[in-house]
Amino acid sequence: MNLTINGVAHDVDVPAEMPLLWVIRDVVGLTGTKFGCGVAQCGACTVHLDGTPVRSCSTAVSQAAGKKITTVEGLSPDGTHAIQKAWVDAAVPQCGYCQSGQMMSAAALLAKTKNPSDAEIDDAMSGNICRCGTYSRIKAAIARAGAAG
Amino acid sequence: MRRELFLRTSAAFGAGLALGACTPHPAQVPDLQPSPEPSVTFSPNAWVHVRTDGSVAVIINKSEMGQGVYTGLPMLVAEELDVPFDRIRVQFAPAEDQYADPVFKDITTGGSTSMADMYLILRGAGAAARAMLVAAAAKKWNVDPSKLQTKDGAVIDESSNRSATYAELAVAASTQTPPKTVKLKDASRFWLIGTSPKRLDIDGKVRGKTVYGIDVVVPGMVYANVFKAPTFGGTVASLDDAAARQVRGVSDVVKISSGVAVVASNTWAAMTGRDALKVTWKNDGPAAHVNTATMFTDAEKAARASTAAIAPGGRGDVDRASGKAIGAVYRGPFLAHAAMEPMNATADVRADAVEVWAPTQVQTRSRDVAMKITGFPAGKVTIHTTFLGGGFGRRLEPDYVADAVEISKAVKKPVKVTWLREDDIKNDFYRPLSVNVLNAKLDPSGHVTAWEHRVGSQSIIKRWAPPLFQKGLDSTSIEGSTPPFYSFASSRTTFTDFEPGVPVGFMRAPGANWNTFVTESFIDELAHAAGKDPLAFRLTLIDPRAPRVRAVLQLAAQRAGWGHPETPGASQGLALCMWGGSIGALVAEVSVKGKDIAVHRAVIAADCGVVVHPDIVDAQLSGAINYGIAMAMTAKITFTDGKVDQNNFYDYTVLRMKDAPKIQTVVVKSSEKPTGIGELGTPLIAPAIGNAIFKATGKRVRSLPFSDALA
Repeated sequence: MNLTINGVAHDVDVPAEMPLLWVIRDVVGLTGTKFGCGVAQCGACTVHLDGTPVRSCSTAVSQAAGKKITTVEGLSPDGTHAIQKAWVDAAVPQCGYCQSGQMMSAAALLAKTKNPSDAEIDDAMSGNICRCGTYSRIKAAIARAGAAG
Repeated sequence: MRRELFLRTSAAFGAGLALGACTPHPAQVPDLQPSPEPSVTFSPNAWVHVRTDGSVAVIINKSEMGQGVYTGLPMLVAEELDVPFDRIRVQFAPAEDQYADPVFKDITTGGSTSMADMYLILRGAGAAARAMLVAAAAKKWNVDPSKLQTKDGAVIDESSNRSATYAELAVAASTQTPPKTVKLKDASRFWLIGTSPKRLDIDGKVRGKTVYGIDVVVPGMVYANVFKAPTFGGTVASLDDAAARQVRGVSDVVKISSGVAVVASNTWAAMTGRDALKVTWKNDGPAAHVNTATMFTDAEKAARASTAAIAPGGRGDVDRASGKAIGAVYRGPFLAHAAMEPMNATADVRADAVEVWAPTQVQTRSRDVAMKITGFPAGKVTIHTTFLGGGFGRRLEPDYVADAVEISKAVKKPVKVTWLREDDIKNDFYRPLSVNVLNAKLDPSGHVTAWEHRVGSQSIIKRWAPPLFQKGLDSTSIEGSTPPFYSFASSRTTFTDFEPGVPVGFMRAPGANWNTFVTESFIDELAHAAGKDPLAFRLTLIDPRAPRVRAVLQLAAQRAGWGHPETPGASQGLALCMWGGSIGALVAEVSVKGKDIAVHRAVIAADCGVVVHPDIVDAQLSGAINYGIAMAMTAKITFTDGKVDQNNFYDYTVLRMKDAPKIQTVVVKSSEKPTGIGELGTPLIAPAIGNAIFKATGKRVRSLPFSDALA
């Protein structure tokens, strides 16, 4: 099966029903995308398929074939995506484990909605759990990146 | 967590600093992780490596699980060494006894103690390195070392306008004799402590490059998942693994002490193989048939038992006190930690040694587990600490390390074991269920003449640190009960251990995360019974010898605007506590519509002594409040016939962004020694919410979660 991840083509020999998450992590070896719940409840595994955020733990790899897959490593080559800069400026991460998924959800939101309202941020982000409780900084970082963009 | 341990910490702080606390170390040692460029290192002690490339490696003996030790602890070295913070490189200490925490006596991260325990040791390590670099420069220039200054990673001789960088001096410094004592900087000269430099772990975390335990890859590694017994202590009665072995990628099925492990070429194949196992279980552990309702009944019996252990520190005669009697019973459920990174570990058991990579809060215990399973001596066990995707006390248990070591030993390959979220929820060391019986007496003027807090709960310490379980008393289980800063005319705290066989462990602000809900709710009950405002009632009750507590309470009330909620239509509730030597007070603004509770705003004031990194303190206070909201609003672990009823985030629900309040933090400026900050917010929020609910509805909630209480 052919996958395009962050612009790079990968030919992988995996079952069609294998979740995209485990192909990305264990087969391709990109570990920025995280496993949190396995049932699309926590958002830690969020990646983009043609720009749309999906939970890769609950997406069969066959559904991703032929689409542009973007992971956190593909947000920018050097950490300079507006969301990454805003995350650093607001010092968002604590343990950081959920933040790949948080940033992927946030980046998708900003790509669609330039200057999101509080309610729009809540709506886009409430599928992503953070147990360290960084929600207010995430919100501030998105608002800042939105205003800057 | 550790009242008596904390007292021992306090004793470690003296006027001067003896470097006996820093283990003598060879002057030149190999780097744990050599710098990319060829570089000699000068190591005046176990904690600091000054490299000839201009960087300084700081070895930290604490796990980074979000609380900021990866940044805050190296700041202590950089401050005393006068080296720019961006030249600091951080390494996690190996599981060697020389890196033991001075209070725990081993390598452990917990109880909000990292900064308090390491504050003087790491400053001393930096100061010792500085002294040797200065001595090397003095020798080179043939001048009196006391005339030399240090700044920006260089020694400066102002009288002759000479300077030499640490990189240039490192080799010469390594021949100097390490000083026996050093003088630490006066706080007035701090240039780094008290500022908020960029966190050293943040770039990796925003780029997906940080290596957590679950991300470890070892050449030749296989992947495993463990099917665990549905009841605690259950064992395999029969196993049919034929279908599992047919799953593509599955290479092995092995029985280990915690269940049946499926080994495969990737995590998903291992999990799929596990689903294909046919196992019948012998559910014959001590908790094989427990039920929640029965356990609440038993815990209440324990709380009321006449044989209860009486905690030291009580005063007066509670039984003979006069006044109007007021009593209440509070009930708290088991809770799961639910750290975002599911439990995992990687082990490589070879013929003559074992290596472990683990997201752990207990490196020494992890080493000991690996020694026990393999029979290897300590010198043959290497523990690599990874970043932790949350800890909250769950990773004070090395059970998942045991899984990895047992499986690797069986299959003779490096193995990474990864638990499902369901395994994590159903195989936790839970926050214990607790029933508390409260009795108080109020005299006609509203003075508290008697206060009794009777705790019936499961001891954690009797398993985790048995020597500390003395005369039936677990001091961690009563943490937060009968606050010492209230001047009750008489008081008594009792504890009775009741043992249903459910594994219990430490969870963020253990003991206090429940007992503070009880005490601060009951104080509120007494205030209302006395016809007093809850703030005024507390201010009257606070011991005059606790001015810092009074100041924090007043600060929170003032910043929040006590009596004048910012949120239209909301009600305010108040709570006060001490944790990890720090003091916190919180005002919550809450509204209740039917059974829906909304927490709009939380204002917290804290006094944690010297603030090393203000932005991390703000982050910890806020995060701990949000963690406490999750604990209080909907979370509970319940049992039906020995089995945990909850599975995953759909039925063990936690806080999400849309329900998170606006949080404001204010921290007292202080020159007292630094104390803990990672847990302080957690015990405060539930009672503040409960007291606000009472203000809004007149209903006193005495059991959690709130969602059940108002249902």
